[in-house]
Amino acid sequence: MTNNHEYTIALAGNPNTGKSTLFNVLTGLRQHTGNWPGKTVVHAEGFFTYKDEQYRIIDLPGTYSLYSNSADEEVARDFIIFAKPDVTLVVLDATALERNLNLALQVLEMTDRVIVCLNLMDEAKKKGIIIDIAKLSKKLGVPVVPISARNKEGIDELLETIARMVHGEIQTKPTKISYSRTIEEKIAKLLPLVKEVIGDEYPARWIALRLLDGDTSLLHALQSQPHHLLKGGAHYGCHCSAKSI
Amino acid sequence: MTQVKLERLCDAQPGERFRITKINIEGTMKRRLLDLGFVPGCEVTVLQKSPLGDPTAYRVSHTTIALRNEESSNIYGERIRDDKQS
Repeated sequence: MTNNHEYTIALAGNPNTGKSTLFNVLTGLRQHTGNWPGKTVVHAEGFFTYKDEQYRIIDLPGTYSLYSNSADEEVARDFIIFAKPDVTLVVLDATALERNLNLALQVLEMTDRVIVCLNLMDEAKKKGIIIDIAKLSKKLGVPVVPISARNKEGIDELLETIARMVHGEIQTKPTKISYSRTIEEKIAKLLPLVKEVIGDEYPARWIALRLLDGDTSLLHALQSQPHHLLKGGAHYGCHCSAKSI
Repeated sequence: MTQVKLERLCDAQPGERFRITKINIEGTMKRRLLDLGFVPGCEVTVLQKSPLGDPTAYRVSHTTIALRNEESSNIYGERIRDDKQS
């Protein structure tokens, strides 16, 4: 094998959506678990090969959100933002979409390399739930793949979608959430400052939103990143965040 | 505007349904409640109280979540009456 490049896939999703089932299906026994450095949050990572290419897959902790600042959520958020996986797979419970889409939208604000994976489709069918996959995909602006990890259904299509995304064959345009006018005005004011401080390294709009929310945990995480970028910049950020809304 | 008198979620009894209008909590706890599905406009069913009366289990968008009085007394809305009388 000449191609040594390894693609990184992150698995995000609410608790009990079958993330780990999918993780096991994809990796088989090629996985190991431990803790995230400095945190008592379980870290599971595994490997698989698809069409002669290597993939590393990280099973992020199951969370309802990425904002509430528990250790689990910090781990998931930091991985998506700082490790920049080639694809973030958001696993949703097809029987409870309303609840699950919250996290999906949060991830879509952070990155455009997202595939939404509707798991538990067999359960949904049993409950008589019908989901218009094409429409959901169009509304979210990213691919949506229905699967049943337990029955190993839809895995091929999922792998194919992942492969096409890492090779840049899929263009996504994640739905952009518009906020109230006051918030949008503040975002517009912050955006150039954020871009000046962090460049294009991180999603500026998302960072601006976190600053407006007074998210100090993110600022700490940014500061502890081994980057050149925050020379006095964090200071800047702190000032802005004081303008809470 | 006709002001409906708002009730507290903690005063709703097991079996009753409740529609949330307002959450009088700030900061991360509010964020957490929103993430768990306690969103203004949504319907909550009171499932049961624990033996000592606190916490109470609620059903909210297909999941059971237990809240302490501390939180549920700051969630306001109205009880959804059964259609028997109306």
